[in-house]
Amino acid sequence: MSVAAFLGRRRGRRGPDLTDVLTYAYLAVGVVVMFGPVAWLVLSSFKTQSALVEFPPSLLPTAPVTAQVEGYPQPLPLYDVALPDGSTRRMAQVRRVGLEAQMVDPDDPGEVVRVPVADRTEVRAVRFQLENYTEPLRRFNFLTYLKNSVVVTVVATLITLVINSMAAFALAKYRFRGRNAVFLLILATLMIPLSVILVPVYLVIVQVGWVNDLWGVIVPGAATPTGVFLLRQYMLTIPDELLDAARIDGASEWRIYWQVVLPLAAPALAVLAIFSVMWRWNDFLWPLIVLTRSEYFTLQVGLNAFQGELNVQWHYVLAMTVLTLLPITLVFSFLQRFITTGIASTGVKG
Amino acid sequence: MERREGSGGVGALLGRAARAVYALAMTALGVVMEPLQRLLGVRRMPWVFLLPNLLIFGVFVLFPVFLNAYVSLTGGTQLFPQDRPFVGLANYERLFDCRDFGDPNSCAEDRFWRAVRNTGTFVLFQVGGMVLISLVTALVLNRDVRFRGFFRSVYFYPVLLSPVVVALIWKWILQRDGALNALLVGVGLEPVNFLLDGRWAMTWVIAVSVWAHMGFYTLILLAGLQSIPAELYDAAAIDGAGGWRSFRNVTLPLLMPTMMVVLVLALIRAFQTFDEVYVLTGGGPGTATMMIVQYIYQTGFATQVQRFGLAAAASVLLGLVLLVATLVQLRVGRGTEGHLA
Repeated sequence: MSVAAFLGRRRGRRGPDLTDVLTYAYLAVGVVVMFGPVAWLVLSSFKTQSALVEFPPSLLPTAPVTAQVEGYPQPLPLYDVALPDGSTRRMAQVRRVGLEAQMVDPDDPGEVVRVPVADRTEVRAVRFQLENYTEPLRRFNFLTYLKNSVVVTVVATLITLVINSMAAFALAKYRFRGRNAVFLLILATLMIPLSVILVPVYLVIVQVGWVNDLWGVIVPGAATPTGVFLLRQYMLTIPDELLDAARIDGASEWRIYWQVVLPLAAPALAVLAIFSVMWRWNDFLWPLIVLTRSEYFTLQVGLNAFQGELNVQWHYVLAMTVLTLLPITLVFSFLQRFITTGIASTGVKG
Repeated sequence: MERREGSGGVGALLGRAARAVYALAMTALGVVMEPLQRLLGVRRMPWVFLLPNLLIFGVFVLFPVFLNAYVSLTGGTQLFPQDRPFVGLANYERLFDCRDFGDPNSCAEDRFWRAVRNTGTFVLFQVGGMVLISLVTALVLNRDVRFRGFFRSVYFYPVLLSPVVVALIWKWILQRDGALNALLVGVGLEPVNFLLDGRWAMTWVIAVSVWAHMGFYTLILLAGLQSIPAELYDAAAIDGAGGWRSFRNVTLPLLMPTMMVVLVLALIRAFQTFDEVYVLTGGGPGTATMMIVQYIYQTGFATQVQRFGLAAAASVLLGLVLLVATLVQLRVGRGTEGHLA
């Protein structure tokens, strides 16, 4: 009964009933399942190396609390000590000898108390370990990876926008023999994903001399059939009279393209730009094949290589993963409505 | 107020700077394009506009398709096709050299058949599960829910994450001392080494893939649901159709074309699965989650002896499977159009 009511009610008119409860329960579970893993990643990325290997893990990133005690040069770790008389005192540990720890009261450091280690618990407080982020940037190649990723994404997107819009302009605004054949040819390449032609494209790249060269990552994917199609459909809606008027004013075809048509196609260009940025930033298989020397790695390839090393340094891997997903997340949170409606109407895969 | 004017000023300045750069770049390109127009005439200009795009298509897509077919007929380990000996169908014969197709161990290229089997299992459960979950989610979102935009983007967000990021997020959760095992221990169960047990690894590879991609299909199905005119539901209600009947007789048939598109898109992508799985499990444990694209990648690029011919032959076969899927989609697309008309 409730299933039938659920399927039938497209738009609620009466007050809440069981199906509404089910709906919101489903959505609440959805939020946990979809956002939970990402939130867990972000929380974990701020934990210290020792906190990361704890089992069971704590929810928030915590670190031992230390205090500066008079007479001791180093800050000492704080512990809650259960004393023989049943009371608990917060004390600083001077040193540990076997199963015994020497503790002092931070406010009265004169007297050293010896307590069994089992009777004390470490004092922890929420602390964000920002070194997880700064250290790998300093010690490993991540800044290079970041730079390579930015270069690939920006240059590839610019090239894609220019050459795709040029092709779309020709297909939308001119009548010439072979136009339909060219258009069909471009659409047909939609059916040939890169994973099917890995070997021969690699051979071409080797022949051109683009192995371990960012151009080898940028150029092969620049002529996207999706982009040409999207822009052509949009440019069809631009009235030809505008172009004719410009021609009468003596504008060249190139000038008509960049001064009349492109500004009017700005919304479609923006959609393509967003997609291109996502494709390029997230690209993995092709850079993995073309780039074999670590100074040319993009973030995705570098991150994969880093996590695959013998001793996985999770505290760095997690922080760099967060850094990698940050730009896309920011773009999405600002342009969320734009992206989802764009995909729903064009069916372009993000 | 002053501050807003200030930032507006900066924005306007940036806008003007961007426009100036744009005009400068385009005028610079015009130095090439305008003489071309004088030289070739307006009628040949569309070809000039098409040239860069077609050049890249030709060199990096069309030519490779033919080269791929040729390389798949050659042997040896040399890189360049002109150095490679022509061996006819030997690579294909090797791929199909099996005493018993049900048992990968009896095949010369046992890794290929393991990859085929794994990909088959993956495609079946990933596509089936994902389409079902996406449909339910789309139906839920199509109800009169508050904050629909928010919930829609919640499901969509993972679609934007890179495969490497998705895999690392889940690797962190699924590892032996990870959050999931902590939950299991918390409710009194035994911890499981999810990624080192063949069956669990495949299960999680499928689940993670569904997690990462369902938002995209949900979005398309939701658009399909919202394009169904409300009058049809009103008419069904007047005819006395209850919830279940109006779902079966109105929603399902009208959603069918969208469902088919979603199904075929999901199929084509599932056959090509590589990156998430590769980063999450490396194809392991053993070969338990190795997919076809990983087989191609490793045969051609990641081994000491690079067997390009074999890799090319396998990718030709993968291409044929995808071609069939695409043709089915075109066929189905035309069929439903005819049906609606």
